[in-house]
Amino acid sequence: MIQLQNITKRYPSGNEALSGVTLDIDRGEMVFLSGHSGAGKSTLLKLITVIERPSRGQIMIDGQNITHLPRRRIPAFRRKIGIIFQDHRLLFDRNIFENVSLPLVIAGYGRREIGRRSRAALDKVGLLNREKAMPVTLSGGEQQRVGIARAVINKPLVLLADEPTGNLDPDLSDEIMHVFSDFSQVGVTVLVASHDIALISRMHKPIYRLQQGRLLNPDVQYKERATLAARI
Amino acid sequence: MFNTKNARRSRRESSRGKRTRRGATSAGDTPLTLRRLTGFFRAHPRSLRFSLGRLGRAPMSSLMTIGVIGIALSLPASLHVLLKNVLDAIDSLDTSPGISLYLAPGLAEQDLLALQEKIGKRSDIASVRIVTAAQGLQELRQASGMRGVLDALEDNPLPHTLILSPVDHDDLSSLERTANELSAISEVESVQFDMAWLKRLHAILDVGERLILAVAMVLSLAVLLIVGNTVRLDIEGRKDEIIVTKLIGATNGFVRRPFLYTGLLYGLLGGLTACLTVEIAIGFMRGPVTRLSSLYQNIYELSGLTPVDTLVVLGASVTLGLVGSWFAVGRHLGRMEPE
Repeated sequence: MIQLQNITKRYPSGNEALSGVTLDIDRGEMVFLSGHSGAGKSTLLKLITVIERPSRGQIMIDGQNITHLPRRRIPAFRRKIGIIFQDHRLLFDRNIFENVSLPLVIAGYGRREIGRRSRAALDKVGLLNREKAMPVTLSGGEQQRVGIARAVINKPLVLLADEPTGNLDPDLSDEIMHVFSDFSQVGVTVLVASHDIALISRMHKPIYRLQQGRLLNPDVQYKERATLAARI
Repeated sequence: MFNTKNARRSRRESSRGKRTRRGATSAGDTPLTLRRLTGFFRAHPRSLRFSLGRLGRAPMSSLMTIGVIGIALSLPASLHVLLKNVLDAIDSLDTSPGISLYLAPGLAEQDLLALQEKIGKRSDIASVRIVTAAQGLQELRQASGMRGVLDALEDNPLPHTLILSPVDHDDLSSLERTANELSAISEVESVQFDMAWLKRLHAILDVGERLILAVAMVLSLAVLLIVGNTVRLDIEGRKDEIIVTKLIGATNGFVRRPFLYTGLLYGLLGGLTACLTVEIAIGFMRGPVTRLSSLYQNIYELSGLTPVDTLVVLGASVTLGLVGSWFAVGRHLGRMEPE
């Protein structure tokens, strides 16, 4: 589902954020991306969402080569991806329902469909009773759950999360991670960037480790599978 | 509530339920092309409603922008109404440029009639009216306050006069030619035709029209800048929102549309304000103007904006609002890409 082939990203300043990164994440997998800040986690996510373009290499998402995706095709492509931000990025002048339904409004769905799916998504993250509330009245964990509901409402193929638990306490962080895990079980490919090793180790999912733009363990997924098979 | 094992299990179940729901609804989903089409028709009313909501959420600043636009547009509109009223007033004074022929003194009655018939046959003259010397004296007595002076005269100093009404009132050069030809007739002593006055009046009205056009253009530019700047500030203030919506798949068109509607609404509401201002000003002036005209034995009603005028003002203001916001959007929206 997510394939990176020998990706290098060099900024005009000469700083090389990613060097020769190759990875392959299957449909319905949930994997983590770890590393210190500046290791290239955010750059990798930006390349997948076509916020930035690679200097070298190829990116395939769902069999579509997005390395040189024309600008006018970017919006349609991004609708296939759900993005969750560390700072939630909610729209503070709109209530929860309007925030969650925004992707459907963008995609041009009808009012009834929007209502039905938004409530289903809010139900899924346990915020159905707060649909009329404004984001500022919500706690950090609740805001992040709104962000998740917004990311998944359009039934994305891929879910990307950049430090989704950065501002949350450990219990809430575990909860959020399990929500992601649930989505991977229904066929969504989930890629979570996080530096919280303790938290992501508890999830028993493959962890790709980035250091100074290099992937230290490109075959972790296969190893993980092998250990899993051995355990069975 | 999120932490209990039961909750987690029920969530798993619900997610499994979702998988089956997913399969079921994907078959029932509207086809993509149809959804795009209906989406297009849904998007516009949505953007309009959204823009209205935005204006309503900041009523003071919206009203101020609308007020400035309204005042800017009411100036050329009211000047136009003023000029139109002046034109109407001139028409109501019956100033159609007649030609007066003062005939040689002592002309006999039948010569007078023959001359009337002869001139009346000309293709460029619509009618010929005879004012005899006696009638002329009578008219002068009634019109002026010089009765005493006139009574003191021993005989009538006035000649017989023919008042001609030309076919074409507006073509001044052909009127001038006609006057020249008539002055060549031997019985005609002098031709009076107030060319200079008419020419000046028309020239003044032309200058007035130009002036209004210039004022309208300058103020239109001002409206363009006002709308452009307001929309620019709006865009700057919504930078985060724009970037987030682009990140979740909004097209440039989707992001642009509410701002264009905002500009359109500013234009429309500003235009309505301008029309209202003009009507109020006319209503304010109407009483005194009617009184003034009655002092000249001439009842004259001040007229306001015609329906066509109103449409022109509204059309212009909507266009200006749209163009102003279009410039702002074109300049500032493209630069706002996620980083």
